[in-house]
Amino acid sequence: MKYFGLIWRNVWRKKIRTSLTILSIFVAFLLFALLAAISYAFKGGEDVADAERLIVIDKVSLINTLPMSYLNRIASTDSVQSVTHASWFGGYYQEPRNQFGQFPTDPYSYFSMYPELQLPQEQLDAWVKNRTGAVIGREIAETYGIEVGDRIPLQATIWTKADGGRTWEFDIEGIFSSSEPRGSSAFMLFHYDYFDEARAFGQGSVGWYILRVKPGADPVQVANAIDAQFANSPSETKTSTEAAFAQSFAKQFGNIALIVTLILGAVFFTLLLVSGNTMSQSVRERISELAVLKTLGFSNGSVLGIVLSESVLIMLMGGLLGLGFGWLVVQGVSQAMGAFLPGVFLSPGAAVTALAIMLAAGIVAGIFPALKAMRLSIVDALAKA
Amino acid sequence: MSDVLAELRGVSRTYQKGKEKVEVLHELDLDIPDGDFLAIMGPSGSGKTTLLNLLGGLDKPTSGSVKVGDAVLSSLSNSQLSNWRSTHVGFIFQFYNLLPVLSAQKNVELPLLLTNFSAKERAKRASIALEIVGLAERANHRPRELSGGQEQRVAIARAIVSDPSLLLCDEPTGDLDRETADEILNLLQTLNREHGKTIVMVTHDAQAAGYAKRTLMCDKGKLEAREETA
Repeated sequence: MKYFGLIWRNVWRKKIRTSLTILSIFVAFLLFALLAAISYAFKGGEDVADAERLIVIDKVSLINTLPMSYLNRIASTDSVQSVTHASWFGGYYQEPRNQFGQFPTDPYSYFSMYPELQLPQEQLDAWVKNRTGAVIGREIAETYGIEVGDRIPLQATIWTKADGGRTWEFDIEGIFSSSEPRGSSAFMLFHYDYFDEARAFGQGSVGWYILRVKPGADPVQVANAIDAQFANSPSETKTSTEAAFAQSFAKQFGNIALIVTLILGAVFFTLLLVSGNTMSQSVRERISELAVLKTLGFSNGSVLGIVLSESVLIMLMGGLLGLGFGWLVVQGVSQAMGAFLPGVFLSPGAAVTALAIMLAAGIVAGIFPALKAMRLSIVDALAKA
Repeated sequence: MSDVLAELRGVSRTYQKGKEKVEVLHELDLDIPDGDFLAIMGPSGSGKTTLLNLLGGLDKPTSGSVKVGDAVLSSLSNSQLSNWRSTHVGFIFQFYNLLPVLSAQKNVELPLLLTNFSAKERAKRASIALEIVGLAERANHRPRELSGGQEQRVAIARAIVSDPSLLLCDEPTGDLDRETADEILNLLQTLNREHGKTIVMVTHDAQAAGYAKRTLMCDKGKLEAREETA
């Protein structure tokens, strides 16, 4: 700590150069924060997955539907405790940009499958009684200002009605929320029966099944048993755990983690060049000063430490500013886009990773100039000065 | 003058210049008593600065031994030499070599960063050193805000702040006008006479050498007595 004053003064020796370097580091870590938060959102489903819940989808693609007749066959499979189903509706509310998840399903079995979804019993009962009723998550209600009792229209992008219309109207009978800290409630549920009868095509099919295995049962064995039942049928199934399903769902958008890694790799490589260049220049232009420090008795290790600390300090200043600003932006994005992309969040894990990158990048950028300073011959450096 | 502070025996220093070996110092013997003020004069390239570097533990002899106080410098490792320099020797350069990013006060405090003194104690000692060189009122000024003479005074304060027994001065007045040079030389003389510092000063200036107690001529790697001065 007693060298901090010296290190701080050296860092700000060339104010413009240091400021520009810090700015480039700031931008890199701002980008890191944003991409980490988006990546986290895509990965979010995996974290709240229930180990005893399995998802059954079409073996070829999630886009393909499965026959409704599978419901009873799945329910009667050994070790299956309960089954429900859902489908992708894909509509929007008022404006095309107002998109969120909308799923036709069976009310009681769905809420029984997801005990973490909290809906007052009287609202659930009211929804069951109303054929065009629907329930929405709290995030949707807050984002669009929708209240219980409202009648809202959804514009269908896939499922036109039998009468050719694209507008589906629903009565909001309840608002649910998730008791999971990272669980999302940014979606809407409505009656499958209403959906199935009113749609122009695809009757008798569902998007996917969700089942719960009996306590103590092996989910993998149950998944294999279900897939074996429908092998060689027109709609073969692929059953997986909820976490695996969430993972494969996220991959529909591409390998987010890989994309993030590649972008950040390029950014940080450039960052190392910029910071390394700054440190090299800084050491080159004060060779005689470093020689004086060594003359006064500063050891090789101290000189190495001072130059490395300067590099790490620059990286920390830019990095922490970028991360802090990124956190603010993520908060804003989370509020603005919570309904479309729930779970956008800068996790403590990402912050720790960023901190580790700052330290590592600071050391890598500074190590060669620091070694040069350490190996400096006092006599030669003073003679050149 | 009493005990011998520095003792050089059979010291040679050879440098490799390309394929050629250049012997700068040749089997040199020298005793520097405690409290001495020794001026070393000689033409450029005669080995004056090399001798100073050897006395200050900045360089090692090719052969022979350099002993200062109880330390045989020629046998110390680099880290031991760093440690020794921080407490036993102060350096004063022709071009002052202050750190431009630090104030005069902080420049003087630099050697004390290597001690266990508290920040308050470091500041106090630096203030005293600046007072000794008559520059207390310029403590918060950066080097670029000081004249050459003032910069050299700060450099002297930096050299004495850790209270070393030996001061090594390499052309300390080489960049100053006559009047300022005399002020600096008077200051060095005071440090020698009143504070008991042993001073070895390399100079081209015969007038500057006149402030020393004795002068040696360095030529072709050998030393010869010039005359007794002060």
